Amino acid sequence: MILDSNIPEGPLAEKWDKHKFNVKLVNPANKRKYDIIVVGTGLAGASAAATFGELGYNVKAFCFQDSPRRAHSIAAQGGINAAKNYQNDGDSVFRLFYDTVKGGDYRAREANVYRLAQVSVDIIDQCVAQGVPFAREYGGLLANRSFGGAQVSRTFYARGQTGQQLLLGAYSALNRQIAYGKVKMYPRTEMLDLVMVDGKARGIVVRNLITGKVESHSAHAVVLATGGYGNVFFLSTNAMGSNATAAWRAHRRGALFANPCFTQIHPTCIPVSGDYQSKLTLMSESLRNDGRVWVPKTVETAQRLRKGEITVNDIKEEDRDYYLERKYPAFGNLVPRDVASRNAKLMCDEGRGVGASGLAVFLDFADAIKREGQPAIAAKYGNLFDMYAKITDENPYEKPMRIYPAVHYTMGGLWVDYNLMTTIPGLYATGECNFSDHGANRLGASALMQGLADGYFVVPYTIGDYLAKMPNERISTEHPAFKEAEQNVMAITNKLLSIQGTRTVDDFHKALGLIMWDYCGMARNAEGLRFAKAEIRKLRDEFWRDVKVTGVNEELNQTLEKAHRVADFLELGELMVDDALHREESCGGHFREEYQTPENEALRDDENFAYVAAWEFTGTGNQPMLHKEDLKFENVKLTQRSYK
Amino acid sequence: MAGSNPNAKPMDLTLKVWRQKNKDAAGQLVTYPVKGISPDMSFLEMMDVLNENLLRSGEDPIAFDHDCREGICGACSLHINGRPHGPERGTTTCQLHMRHFKDGDTITIEPWRAAAFPVHKDLVVDRSAFDRIQQAGGYVSVNTGGVPDANEIPIPKTIADKAFDAATCIQCGACVAACKNASAILFVSAKVSQLALLPQGKVERQTRVENMVAQMEIEGFGACSNTGACAAECPVGISLENINMLRREYISAKATSENF
Ligand SMILES: Cc1cc2nc3c(=O)[nH]c(=O)nc-3n(C[C@H](O)[C@H](O)[C@H](O)COP(=O)(O)OP(=O)(O)OC[C@H]3O[C@@H](n4cnc5c(N)ncnc54)[C@H](O)[C@@H]3O)c2cc1C
Ligand code: SF4
Ligand code: FES
Repeated sequence: MILDSNIPEGPLAEKWDKHKFNVKLVNPANKRKYDIIVVGTGLAGASAAATFGELGYNVKAFCFQDSPRRAHSIAAQGGINAAKNYQNDGDSVFRLFYDTVKGGDYRAREANVYRLAQVSVDIIDQCVAQGVPFAREYGGLLANRSFGGAQVSRTFYARGQTGQQLLLGAYSALNRQIAYGKVKMYPRTEMLDLVMVDGKARGIVVRNLITGKVESHSAHAVVLATGGYGNVFFLSTNAMGSNATAAWRAHRRGALFANPCFTQIHPTCIPVSGDYQSKLTLMSESLRNDGRVWVPKTVETAQRLRKGEITVNDIKEEDRDYYLERKYPAFGNLVPRDVASRNAKLMCDEGRGVGASGLAVFLDFADAIKREGQPAIAAKYGNLFDMYAKITDENPYEKPMRIYPAVHYTMGGLWVDYNLMTTIPGLYATGECNFSDHGANRLGASALMQGLADGYFVVPYTIGDYLAKMPNERISTEHPAFKEAEQNVMAITNKLLSIQGTRTVDDFHKALGLIMWDYCGMARNAEGLRFAKAEIRKLRDEFWRDVKVTGVNEELNQTLEKAHRVADFLELGELMVDDALHREESCGGHFREEYQTPENEALRDDENFAYVAAWEFTGTGNQPMLHKEDLKFENVKLTQRSYK
Repeated sequence: MAGSNPNAKPMDLTLKVWRQKNKDAAGQLVTYPVKGISPDMSFLEMMDVLNENLLRSGEDPIAFDHDCREGICGACSLHINGRPHGPERGTTTCQLHMRHFKDGDTITIEPWRAAAFPVHKDLVVDRSAFDRIQQAGGYVSVNTGGVPDANEIPIPKTIADKAFDAATCIQCGACVAACKNASAILFVSAKVSQLALLPQGKVERQTRVENMVAQMEIEGFGACSNTGACAAECPVGISLENINMLRREYISAKATSENF
């Protein structure tokens, strides 16, 4: 298989405009003869479904929550980037492009990232027109804040609830199309297989989560906007239901999976408090605008603090180590996430961590409160401070927050070309579900941007090009391909229900998460990865022998839902390990201990690894096949990333 | 060691949980003891512990809705000791922590109760009526593309902030569950106010309020009798001012549409 990224010819800045001109169009009267399935109604899916509906296509949209407004996107806190340069601080499309490629440690495709930066400005206009209440200055114009990995202020925000407000905007646009009858919405419905006819994606098989009924839906094209797979680790900042099943089942049908080991560990999360813990809570990166990260200067002070012999306020200024400011004077507390996370781990590994477990560092607002006053800080971060207090029972206005890195985002995902089409014709992937724009590390406030760029402004154009070239005949769900896929789904379900073993699904999920965190987390090495691979295989075998799923298919059965998802995580986890093992370099969030600079920074190997690793499924337990898409950098110079 | 009280002892509790097989079955409260609950656990983590125990003994675990566990998605929806989202003000079920309970407590856990929110199973209810109300008019009619530059619509900060306050509704339904008439007025008013306050939403304000209120009635929510129970239980503090605004919007819309 030759991976063709289909990047248009011509200078970087003209590619997208030219491409939009060159793509084939479906004439307005014909659009209603085409059906599009959109799986997922988070930012990436809701925006796409609404826009398809506006254009005149017939859309069926699916989500597993009871309402599209509850997609995981709702939880995004800090903000969304756009190269508006409203602050007149030197921002531009090129700078956003450059920051994103550099932030991603030069493992993203230039042309896609440039397009993302270009359409970023349209997103803000669109959202404001929908009534999204972004933060404003007293003069009535939009406000901005800074995020990690950037030296300009280009992040638009809505208090600490940016994802919520953007999703409600997309949800409202979706609702309008539902009311017009252009979109039919299927909530509480989970996609469990992809249906292919003559090598093309032509539909999906779903399970109605209330009745258990397994049903088929046919269409001319399928868009997956099903989010990321961070929950492989069990503990992450993702919502409990976030999963990889739709993407994984498409992978099993032939869609290549790219850079699976590129996961983002976010530096500022509330530390784990006990083994009953079900998820981790993010404290938005925007807090690093005003919060200062530190640990005690000496191991001894840290030990006394952990034992409760002294309190944090007893530690004098000169006994504190503001290690990010010390090591990276240019970016200070606003270094990119991978750098901030790795440094927190280093401090804790040295024995200077805080909290009872020693697995935490401080994020301190005392200076900011002194400088700006408590009300100003409350206005910026009030809901985050409240959330912290609710969870930890501590007041962050009085005592520094304790934070530790946690799994947050997955840069890897289904491989897509410039048109966001996977290696299966007619199957598209958008939002966190694809791999396309963030390389080996995503910058803060860029996921919301990408999800909405894909959904509002990219896939509505590119899908037209595909549909215009195919006949509009519909395929009946009586077609044998649909029946085969339905039987496949029922076979998995029946198997899961018939095992009647002794260990719960959560039990397996937690065990997998621990393997992944210990060996494929913030730091990886060959020996550990080989061990992890063997452990995952053992665990997967045990799962299929000993999992306990109660109840039946024909009912609301949350255990069965989870079992399907964990079965897929047990395969995806192994692929992540394979990918991490094969990539013998460090880049962004992928830190191989064998490859580091003397200052413990990630050491890339551009000579041998400046490519996208796209994996082909060859059967459970078989070694997957690697395909490479070489990355060409014509507009940025590959350098050792420096934030000093 | 997240909590400020590392010495807090694990608790033993008695739970009385509503069990109902499906929407047509009769339901009942079933008693379950739980032991060794850490005060630092969230309420839903306590439910996880119970469910794991049930599963291990081969019983059907308790179904409940949840997703973000951060108080933002609006999925969680438990009626705890007679109060939607439990005893803490301004807190969703998922953000309620066990430190607000004591060793030996009995806790009654039920689903939202409202004719417009039928029970699917156990503690899971059908809130699709809320989506249909939003579909009736909770939007600004703009298509993707062809909109003005964002800064061409300046909005005074005070207005933007007020609209934002209304826009934070998480669509959980606690207001309905708290109301003796099962009225959805607080929920509807939040959207109506947000869009009526903003210049973008003003164009369609009349049809919006009429259509959303009409849909609310079709869905079988009760009438508002001004008890204020909704706002008192709303986890994100949606204020009663929004209801006043909805009334003004509604009256002026009706007055104008009758003139036609
Ligand atoms: C706590 C938190 C804070 C964040 N803050 C920021 C931020 O400030 N800025 C930023 O840019 N990014 C942020 N992110 C990242 C960002 O929120 C996500 O990457 C982004 O929202 C993903 O959007 P999406 O549309 O791709 O997927 P999601 O929002 O995850 O939506 C997935 C959709 O797919 C559906 N789905 C999944 N599987 C199936 C299936 N099998 N069948 C049917 N439906 C399915 C779900 O129901 C859902 O509708 C944050 C993430 C977290 C966890
Ligand atoms: S108004 Fe409050 S209680 Fe009612 S749905 Fe919205 S957030 Fe929930
Ligand atoms: S689970 Fe999302 S608000 Fe409670």
